[in-house]
Amino acid sequence: MPPTETFYEVMRSQGITRRSFMKFCSLTAASLGLAPGMAANIAHAMETKPRTPVLWLHGLECTCCSESFIRSGHPLAKDVVLSMISLDYDDTIMAAAGHQAEAILGEVAAKYKGNYILAVEGNPPLNEDGMYCIVGGKPFVEQLRRVAKDAKAVIAWGSCASWGCVQSAKPNPTRATPVHRVITDKPVINVPGCPPIAEVMTAVLAYMLTFDRLPELDRQGRPKMFYGQRIHDKCYRRPHFDAGQYVEHWDDDSARKGYCLYKMGCKGPTTYNACSTVRWNGGVSFPIGSGHGCLGCSEEGFWDRGSFYDRVTDIRQFGIESNADKVGGTAAAVVGAAVVAHAAVSAVKRARHHGPGEEGGD
Amino acid sequence: MFHVEREVTGVLVGERLPAVYVYQAPVRLWHWVNALCITVLAVTGYLISHPLPTQPGEASGHFLMGYIRFAHFAAAYLFAVGFLGRLYWAFVGNRHSRQIFTPPFADLNWWKEVLFELRWYLFLEKAPKKYLGHNPLAQVGMFFLFTLPSVFMIFTGFALYGEGEGLGSWQSQAFGWLIPLMGGSQAVHSWHHLVMWVMVCFVIIHVYVAIREDIMSRQSIISTMVSGYRMFKD
Repeated sequence: MPPTETFYEVMRSQGITRRSFMKFCSLTAASLGLAPGMAANIAHAMETKPRTPVLWLHGLECTCCSESFIRSGHPLAKDVVLSMISLDYDDTIMAAAGHQAEAILGEVAAKYKGNYILAVEGNPPLNEDGMYCIVGGKPFVEQLRRVAKDAKAVIAWGSCASWGCVQSAKPNPTRATPVHRVITDKPVINVPGCPPIAEVMTAVLAYMLTFDRLPELDRQGRPKMFYGQRIHDKCYRRPHFDAGQYVEHWDDDSARKGYCLYKMGCKGPTTYNACSTVRWNGGVSFPIGSGHGCLGCSEEGFWDRGSFYDRVTDIRQFGIESNADKVGGTAAAVVGAAVVAHAAVSAVKRARHHGPGEEGGD
Repeated sequence: MFHVEREVTGVLVGERLPAVYVYQAPVRLWHWVNALCITVLAVTGYLISHPLPTQPGEASGHFLMGYIRFAHFAAAYLFAVGFLGRLYWAFVGNRHSRQIFTPPFADLNWWKEVLFELRWYLFLEKAPKKYLGHNPLAQVGMFFLFTLPSVFMIFTGFALYGEGEGLGSWQSQAFGWLIPLMGGSQAVHSWHHLVMWVMVCFVIIHVYVAIREDIMSRQSIISTMVSGYRMFKD
């Protein structure tokens, strides 16, 4: 593997025709929202720039990110990016195994020092010195720290790597910790979702590989181009929300008419992701399109934020599981009752104080 | 007749007093506009989280939730701008205009007055005192049940509003940092609801106490917020 190898050479050696390559460049430019002329720039970059290797590590996770990724709607994008990655290291899908495979990690890290991208699926559990996730006989957190040390940037795939997801849900017995809390000296790009959308994953990778820079990130480290808006903002059922037309039960007339799922606890209004525009399975549908509310899987701690089916979700701050309106309504009722009681005592006191026959005014 | 008024507490001693101008016109105007805003905000806010029954017909024929949200946002802007104006008035207005922002927590005498008022409300004191502005207990109540919650509601409200306005909007840039800090949009929604109920409790207490004091203490309360003058009954 000569160090001057370009992306284009890698793709051609994988049997991809130039025509297919140009299509991939056009698709990437389009999916990133770039001007049509940018496709040529992408092609030029991929033909001339040395290839940036990607190492793909797996911590505590369910591999749903990989599953999503290899089902990228556009097979070409998948083939191209995947072939670039599998060349190096991805312990779930690469053919090599054992110590030889693990040795690749060290080789790439040494050869491309400071110049490779580390993609992490899942997160490291920190309790018991990281013993809850062992890769090649050692805690995953050690592997993560070692490989991240010389990486140019780190991509945190999915809600596991970005926020912690289900393994960090209360009470988080293994102390599963998101990647950006462990790797603090490198830029970490969060690509949350359980899993993230395939096209979003390939586009983020393609952007970083071709432009050699990080995509613009929001406050929580997510690429703005895909996480800049809520599901709600681009939902095709939004007109029903604004009109005040809601599904009240799963089998009612409103459900059949495709009204807004707000009252069924849809988390679209509080979830940042591209599902309502990019959709899933090659643009076939997304949860709301199939008549079910959004679960908010790309939001931090979505397992611990109350029911998937309540609009006003339960909170636990008061020692009981209840929602804010029940807690608040109870408080208001108690205050109201106290006021009535106080008023009654005041009236009695006043009546006694003035007494019959006495003059008013004290 | 002329009476010396004790500094800070504003408690009055002595016999008959002339009417005193307490609440200046901007404060009174703000009070009533603010009361209207809070009413609209609480009602529309509740309806946003618990929407009315589904409207019949086509979506193109209705904009019910849109109007409810519009009312909420319009009242919210008025509330926020009013609060800023009220804050400004605390600097340029009379000394009573500062009371709801600056309770003198370091003043021991003031705390004694708070205790006295507590005893008065627990029926342990026979006769109430006279105060020019808020009594010290009312000041504590105002500060913790109105002033601080208002700031909280303005901040969380604009943070949530910024989500709809988009990442580049000034609302998102100025207040959006609150959302990750508080654990995500859903959590901010929950807190926004809870503090709404704090303000509902405040309104219940505020209205009750104002009426009760008007009847039972020795000074005017409700009419003062209309005319600006505090009258004393003895």
